[in-house]
Amino acid sequence: MQRLLKNLSLIWNKFKKSNDSFWDEVEEQLILNDVGASTANDIISDVREHSFKENINDIELIKDFLKEKIVKILDSSSSSVSSIVKFSNEIPTVWMIVGVNGVGKTSTIAKIANLYKNQNKSILLTAADTYRAAAFEQIDHYAKLLNIEIVHHQRHSDPGAVVYDSIEKAIAKRIELVLIDTAGRMHTSYNLMEELKKIKKVIYKKINREADEILMVIDSTTGQNAKIQTSAFNEALNLSGIILTKTDGTSKGGILLTIKNELNIPIKFITNGEKINNIDFFNPSKFTEMLFT
Amino acid sequence: MFEFLTTKFEDLFYKIRNKGKLSPADLDNAIREIKLALLEADVNFKVVKEFLENIKQKAIGANVLESLTPYQQVVKIVNEEMVSMLGNAGSEITFSPKIPTIFMLVGLQGTGKTTSTIKLANFIKNKYQRKVSVIAADIYRPAAVIQLEDLAKKYGFDVYMEKNSDPVKITINGIESLRKNSNDVVIIDTAGRLQIDKEMMNEIKNIKSKVLPHQILLVLDAMTGQEAVNIASEFNQILEFDGIILTKLDSDTRGGAALSINHVIKKPIKFISIGEKIEEFDLFHPDRIASRILGMGDVLTLIEKAEKVIDEKKAKELEQKIYKNELNFNDFIDQMKSIKKIGSLDKILSMLPVKNSSMILKNAKIDDSQIERIEAMINSMTIEERVKPHIINGGRKKRIAAGSGTSVGDVNRLLKQFSLSQQALKQYSRFGKGLKMPF
Repeated sequence: MQRLLKNLSLIWNKFKKSNDSFWDEVEEQLILNDVGASTANDIISDVREHSFKENINDIELIKDFLKEKIVKILDSSSSSVSSIVKFSNEIPTVWMIVGVNGVGKTSTIAKIANLYKNQNKSILLTAADTYRAAAFEQIDHYAKLLNIEIVHHQRHSDPGAVVYDSIEKAIAKRIELVLIDTAGRMHTSYNLMEELKKIKKVIYKKINREADEILMVIDSTTGQNAKIQTSAFNEALNLSGIILTKTDGTSKGGILLTIKNELNIPIKFITNGEKINNIDFFNPSKFTEMLFT
Repeated sequence: MFEFLTTKFEDLFYKIRNKGKLSPADLDNAIREIKLALLEADVNFKVVKEFLENIKQKAIGANVLESLTPYQQVVKIVNEEMVSMLGNAGSEITFSPKIPTIFMLVGLQGTGKTTSTIKLANFIKNKYQRKVSVIAADIYRPAAVIQLEDLAKKYGFDVYMEKNSDPVKITINGIESLRKNSNDVVIIDTAGRLQIDKEMMNEIKNIKSKVLPHQILLVLDAMTGQEAVNIASEFNQILEFDGIILTKLDSDTRGGAALSINHVIKKPIKFISIGEKIEEFDLFHPDRIASRILGMGDVLTLIEKAEKVIDEKKAKELEQKIYKNELNFNDFIDQMKSIKKIGSLDKILSMLPVKNSSMILKNAKIDDSQIERIEAMINSMTIEERVKPHIINGGRKKRIAAGSGTSVGDVNRLLKQFSLSQQALKQYSRFGKGLKMPF
């Protein structure tokens, strides 16, 4: 959203008074950052009404309202959902990572593994993408790099069985965190979505509770389809959070506003580069601040 | 693909259609709905503005408000404008007189370059009967080379790779080596890179200047948002690519980027990738996609695919059999196989002008695994049973169920379905001749 930051600042300067064309341009900038027409409208009409009621024409103050409004949408601390990742008291904690093809699931898992390995947690990777060519080799590369355990089966084998074995192993070896890498899949593929539900059931059977986190990975380059994806995955799995990837590119993931606004799924992590430590916990104010720098 | 737009337009035009005459307010309404639909489809905001302006001008020029068929008129205008914005069809591939013709695929991370490399190789091999090989020049992503090697092996393509080398060297050596092996076409799979990553963009520029590819294709994820235009234009500024491969157009991906890019950077979309299977890759047809957007379905593509797999003679025989009420399970399985060759069920349905096709499939719970079960049941029948289904009694049902891993209830359902379709087809064949696809 670098452009949004720059352009909004330009717009602030261009229009000293908050007139119609000012709001039009704000709308345009929000939409150009993939915020989505209806969310953009919601935000604008809210801020606009507020500034009208309070009789505020000062662009700087309006800017603050706008920021506040966006932070409020993104912030999960006051809502029923939490942006803090969940660890179980019982070993192992199980996290399942899902998403459509090419969003960066495997790289993100490596980054999460590295993050918690540095906090001295023992970690096990589950190679449950048994479909894509070389998916195992890719995650295995990271397992070796980070010197952590990995469980895999043969290509095209049942992902549910890999998950079963990996949790079994984690229990036996007292490994604290199990990270399950699943194959990328289109949310419209009935069979593949059923397969994920099955994996979820396998986890439940093994640990007598739901997976501690079911995290959906979203590529920040994605446009409005991300909303449909997320709602389909959520319907199938009841997601616990979102991870936004590739924010080192020129898109900054404005679609998150729409997803959070409409589906109320908290954003938990954000990744911003190809290095293994390019991962952060999601911070709504930082994210919003970035839009207005 | 583009189903979302299609649904929106369908709803919109359904409202207009029932009104007969259009008021100025209706037209404004229509235009606002089109705006929202296009934005929801990730068409670039600036392109949307231009598009709407053009529609408005043309609607006024064509006197849509006075017309007695405003619905058809508006549809026609929108359709024409959309086709013109989508640009020309993906043209046939031209080959260099000197071998090899070199293709290079570039793009952001995760757009599907490696998969597209193999799909393109397969497409060229099948359509033009050329010898195609691939070069693995992505040394950065872990296991990218293994992924390409794996796919290449599976589909019978040679792959050139080097360990501990750099992409420029690999590409130069690869082309030399593959030229010697008399390859007609070489496709280079490059690493994903951000258009703002100077170092990586210099690398690709360097490869370009060393090997001078005949065609540089930008691989673009159809789900890309508003940035699509900027990404494409920056790649274009640095590399001057020749065209685009639009990927992941399966299911409800709206792919509005297709509408923006051609319009803004004047580079054609050449190929589209519409699924995970290797043959789910095709030349881009703007007119077909535009009519899809307007709810007319992509019947042309469907017919073309069906023609490829359905044997004219067999179809005639089948027609005779149906007429004489001699249809048996062998025909049933033959037909199923032809349908499977056309594509998965959801793909076939998505090409037809039906509303909410994905919902229908989901609700009906029809999927390809069910077809596999039916196939398994038929395969568990004896030859006699397949020809004379009426001899299948309780004992035989048990055996068929056990052999196919299903239940007697499943077998009963299949037999009932079969007898129903026999009756239905008999009726159908009485009405119309020239029956081509009974199911």
